[in-house]
Amino acid sequence: MESKIATEAESPTAQTGQRPISRRIWPALRHFFSSPAALVGCIGLVVVLFTAIFAPWIAPQNPYDLLQLDIMDSRLPPGSESFSGVPYLLGTDGQGRDILSGIMYGLRTSLIVGIASAFAAALIGTTLGLMAAYLGGRTENFMMRLVDLQLSFPTILMALMVLAILGNGVTNVVLAIIVAEWATYARTARGTALVEREKEYIDAARCLRVPGRRVLLRHLLPNCLAPIIVIATMQVARAIGLEATLSFLGLGASVTQPSLGMLISNGYQYLLSGLYWISFYPGIALLITIVSINLVGDRLRDVLNPRNAR
Amino acid sequence: MVTTLIRRIIQAGFVILAMTVIVFLGVNVIGNPVDILINPDLNQAERLRVIESLGLDRPLWQQYLSFLHGLTEGNFGNSFVYSKPALDVILERLPATLELALCAMVIAIVVGLPLGLYAGLYPNRVSSRVIMTGSILGFSLPTFWVGLMLILLFAVQLGWLPSNGRGETAMLFGVRWSLLTWDGLSHLLLPALNLALFKTSLILRLTRAGVQEVIMQDYVKFARAKGLRENRIILVHILKNLMIPVVTIIGLEFGSLIAFSVVTESIFGWPGMGKLIIDSINLLDRPVIVAYLMMMVVLFVSLNFIIDVCYTLLDPRVRLDGKG
Repeated sequence: MESKIATEAESPTAQTGQRPISRRIWPALRHFFSSPAALVGCIGLVVVLFTAIFAPWIAPQNPYDLLQLDIMDSRLPPGSESFSGVPYLLGTDGQGRDILSGIMYGLRTSLIVGIASAFAAALIGTTLGLMAAYLGGRTENFMMRLVDLQLSFPTILMALMVLAILGNGVTNVVLAIIVAEWATYARTARGTALVEREKEYIDAARCLRVPGRRVLLRHLLPNCLAPIIVIATMQVARAIGLEATLSFLGLGASVTQPSLGMLISNGYQYLLSGLYWISFYPGIALLITIVSINLVGDRLRDVLNPRNAR
Repeated sequence: MVTTLIRRIIQAGFVILAMTVIVFLGVNVIGNPVDILINPDLNQAERLRVIESLGLDRPLWQQYLSFLHGLTEGNFGNSFVYSKPALDVILERLPATLELALCAMVIAIVVGLPLGLYAGLYPNRVSSRVIMTGSILGFSLPTFWVGLMLILLFAVQLGWLPSNGRGETAMLFGVRWSLLTWDGLSHLLLPALNLALFKTSLILRLTRAGVQEVIMQDYVKFARAKGLRENRIILVHILKNLMIPVVTIIGLEFGSLIAFSVVTESIFGWPGMGKLIIDSINLLDRPVIVAYLMMMVVLFVSLNFIIDVCYTLLDPRVRLDGKG
């Protein structure tokens, strides 16, 4: 037994025809980062994620701990010193909250809502899309009609519809984003699966009487993942943008955990008096997040698309 | 052709019917109308009386039928806030939204089409690269934030343009338009620019992609070989063949402009339907919400229908019934 493992380690390509994972990943990574835009996007994404995850430890202030706020510090421009001598790099808002800390905490909410809803939409949409492609017939027809119908309405209208029915709130915003986005996944998943379904390995699995669920999950799904991952990346960015928009409109209101959209909305009332920083900096943070994700997604599409493979 | 048209119309009718079920179930089953329609201070007997007068004690299908009946007459009930028929409240706001969406579309076409054409014809120039990067920004920038920044720059810092409301309006065909007065135009410019941003990028990218596809076609090469002037090649051979996808997108996106005007109208205090629906959602003005949603459904279904038909007329290769 031991000797067998040893020979396998010596000649890893002998049996499977594949190199070990580490040797497959490095060229892929190097290929991925050969585009400067992708590098910029990745760095931006890492910074954003780092900030969001470690916000409670690196933020200068906990903006929602009322004890740490000082009304004397309200509406200070960026760079000014607080009443107690600590500088506010990006200024403060109407309640004397540090904008920088607000952004760090807001980023958390935005990312959680964005990623959670995009993930849930991916799960639902992909499942339905694969099922439609695999089952075919009436089920497929009905599902794809539904998808077409859904995609003919703008996302924001679908989201408004859900929120109008369910009422405001963060949970409902997540639901609204799922409703607005699942159809994109379903269409992509079905499109890919239709191509894959015709391939021989599916026939082979069927001939071996592999149960349908197993064919779907272990044979069809892994081979359809590449385009779905690309779509999912882009959809996270869209979900974050949509969440910000809905929060800005006052429909995702949660005063205890404001997202970036709500921070921007808070600054709206001060804008006309020229206090630009309350809205401006959260917007920049939102922009960096969305652009970074889009750049990474764009590169992923290029790398994962077999047509572009060299 | 006629049978397909009729089939399409029937399909569209079914879609609208399905949406009435969804909206009705959503409003009446998921949300509890009793809690919203009835003053919580009333005592039990009064509550029951109100429930009865509103017909909420009847079985669901009967309620749905009377909802449908009201729908066919354009009767969605009275708005709680304005104490007027909900449909009237919305129709009053319609011209403002249409005007805004129309201007945004014009801006998007006038800016996006030539830039896309340029970037497609000369893809390697630095200016083309700048244009394409700019369009990525146009996609990524959150619309509402751009709106705020426009207000900050043009209304607050420079003080050139007003940031709120419609300004002076003039009457035409019994409807008030901001387009017809200078003051109205100055109020219109910022929101229209804001709304146009996303669509400009979209049209730009679409045009560029189209140009790059068309330019490889044999008839363009042949036109070049014939020695036609570059202007004629661009205008006749390239631009004309680009028009099908571009016109489709313009048609489709016009509807989405109306939907997205929700955001722009809220920022610029533009008294259109979008601002109305946000206010209504916040104030739980159900009749207006239902009327707005149904109107949007009808609008989008008809838009899709019209585009489908136009497509067949523009491109003889496309057949509605899918047969060759």
